[in-house]
Amino acid sequence: MSSSEKYDCIVIGAGMSGLASGIRLAMYDKKVLILERHTISGGLNSYYARGKRKFDVGLHALTNFVGPKDKGKPFNKLMKQLRIPYDDFKLSPQNYSLISFPDKKLKFTNDINCLVQEINELFPDQVDGFINLLNHVKNFDEVNLNNETVMAKTVVRHFISNESLVEMIFCPLLIYGSAWENDMDFSQFVIMFKSIFLEGFSRPEGGVRTIINLLHQKLESLGASIRYKACVSKILTENNKIIGVEINDNEIIYCDKILSSMGLPETFDVVNDSDFFKKYPKPNIGKLTFCESILITDKKPKELGIDATIIFYNNRPEYLYQSPTTLFDRESGVLCFPNNFNYQNNNTYNDDYSEGVLRVTNIANFELWNQLKMGPNKEQYLEAKEQVFLNAKKILSASGLNQDYQILFKDIFTPTTIKRYTSHYGGVVYGSSDKSRNGKTPIDGLFICGTDQGFLGIVGSMLSGISMANLHVLQGDS
Amino acid sequence: MLTNTEVRSKVLDIIADIALDDDVTGISDEIALREQLDLDSMDFLDIVMELKKRHKIEVPQEDYPRLATMQSCVDYLAPKFNQ
Ligand SMILES: Cc1cc2nc3c(=O)[nH]c(=O)nc-3n(C[C@H](O)[C@H](O)[C@H](O)COP(=O)(O)OP(=O)(O)OC[C@H]3O[C@@H](n4cnc5c(N)ncnc54)[C@H](O)[C@@H]3O)c2cc1C
Repeated sequence: MSSSEKYDCIVIGAGMSGLASGIRLAMYDKKVLILERHTISGGLNSYYARGKRKFDVGLHALTNFVGPKDKGKPFNKLMKQLRIPYDDFKLSPQNYSLISFPDKKLKFTNDINCLVQEINELFPDQVDGFINLLNHVKNFDEVNLNNETVMAKTVVRHFISNESLVEMIFCPLLIYGSAWENDMDFSQFVIMFKSIFLEGFSRPEGGVRTIINLLHQKLESLGASIRYKACVSKILTENNKIIGVEINDNEIIYCDKILSSMGLPETFDVVNDSDFFKKYPKPNIGKLTFCESILITDKKPKELGIDATIIFYNNRPEYLYQSPTTLFDRESGVLCFPNNFNYQNNNTYNDDYSEGVLRVTNIANFELWNQLKMGPNKEQYLEAKEQVFLNAKKILSASGLNQDYQILFKDIFTPTTIKRYTSHYGGVVYGSSDKSRNGKTPIDGLFICGTDQGFLGIVGSMLSGISMANLHVLQGDS
Repeated sequence: MLTNTEVRSKVLDIIADIALDDDVTGISDEIALREQLDLDSMDFLDIVMELKKRHKIEVPQEDYPRLATMQSCVDYLAPKFNQ
């Protein structure tokens, strides 16, 4: 079967990057179609419901928080490119977050001076170095697609000599945005540093759904469409040039260009050129994936003694950001409290959860989970999920959560859950450790956007979709 | 024939749609748009694409600097609007 319609561009995936690129293309009258294998949008940043309760999968916090008048900042660039007014995101800023190590805690807010002061108190001989690092970061052009790859810890150690402080600074930046174990490229470090420490965290009222609804409304108003349950089974080329895609193994759709957000190895694997990997190296499959426990409680965390928004918990002197040799890393995790954004300050937006919501994310090992999932004994998989949950409760209490609460509902997702819903090999959240920074591939007309272009997270992946659509389809056009 | 005032208002319409959260009513004609509004190179590209989409006017890349101020926009675009 093949349809007679031909598209200027097909976007693979209705995640954050795919939706954003679709909006840009439709805005400038490209005939665009978004193909999504799942039944809803969102990808890694999606949502689900259990009974009357609504859950977010991605989105602990939106990074890159700025006010509407902060010129030239990524979040406002994004809004402008999508023509979505700032207020529509209904953002509430964080209260504060903690980087919690065995003998020290560093607090940070959306005002960098808080972190500078904390470092001045806990590491007085390092504060000048930190301020110099800040200036270096502020002046660095992290989005220049031609930047050389240098490892960030090497650069940061020029400014900071205390290893504990290096580990503490890297902890949130790694777990919120590194596809590499224990370190990252310096450009990526700067992206993460700016988006977390210099700009900061916020949450849209209504969570993930608010973001997705805004993107859907925009797409609809521009007349672009998403086709669900449309799994790209082949990328079709002729003489190394894109001619279309095959979906669900039986239908062909023709197009001139493709923007793929599936991931780099995932994309290359469906190219219909059997010699592809004889000519080009196979991209690595990333190693970093997570499991998460979501606890719904009768009391909100504030009543139980925690008013922090996010706690980056680590119970070792160094921070091990690497695939664990066990199912999951028990000694570190991210604790997210969506009830604890600063809702009072701007009376406009509310905490839309009527109950307490406690989320604990641990680094996990995909292979081990997959063995359990595929194994003959289903009980073992369920038992392992129970262990994740018990450990989450332990970390919550070690972080100061008073035990006087009832759990009304709990849900645990694992790396195999992530793989099932996003199709990323290895259930990876930050993609392959190989990126296509400029979005180009060896195939004429095939471009990468989203996670494996290299801009991560919700804001990053949307910016990636926008810039790849601009660069390769809209500009490449005149 | 479009007058310069009409050309100015058409350009302003485009800028208002792009700089969504900015107030464009008080724009000074002589000062660089970049300095008055939150516009970067991505946005200038959008101005060019909007001119093409709405008014079928092509601005070649070497002419982008002529869109720097409102006055230079009007000077440069008026003949194109009236072609
Ligand atoms: C637990 C968790 C917490 C997170 N927390 C945060 C956070 O607090 N802040 C933040 O900024 N980011 C967070 N993230 C990361 C963020 O969600 C992602 O970086 C971002 O959503 C990636 O978007 P993307 O468009 O690049 O990729 P994806 O979301 O992976 O989109 C790819 C899409 O392609 C579809 N697809 C794949 N294969 C095919 C095919 N063959 N045919 C058709 N469609 C296909 C997939 O179904 C998917 O919808 C979190 C992620 C997780 C999992």
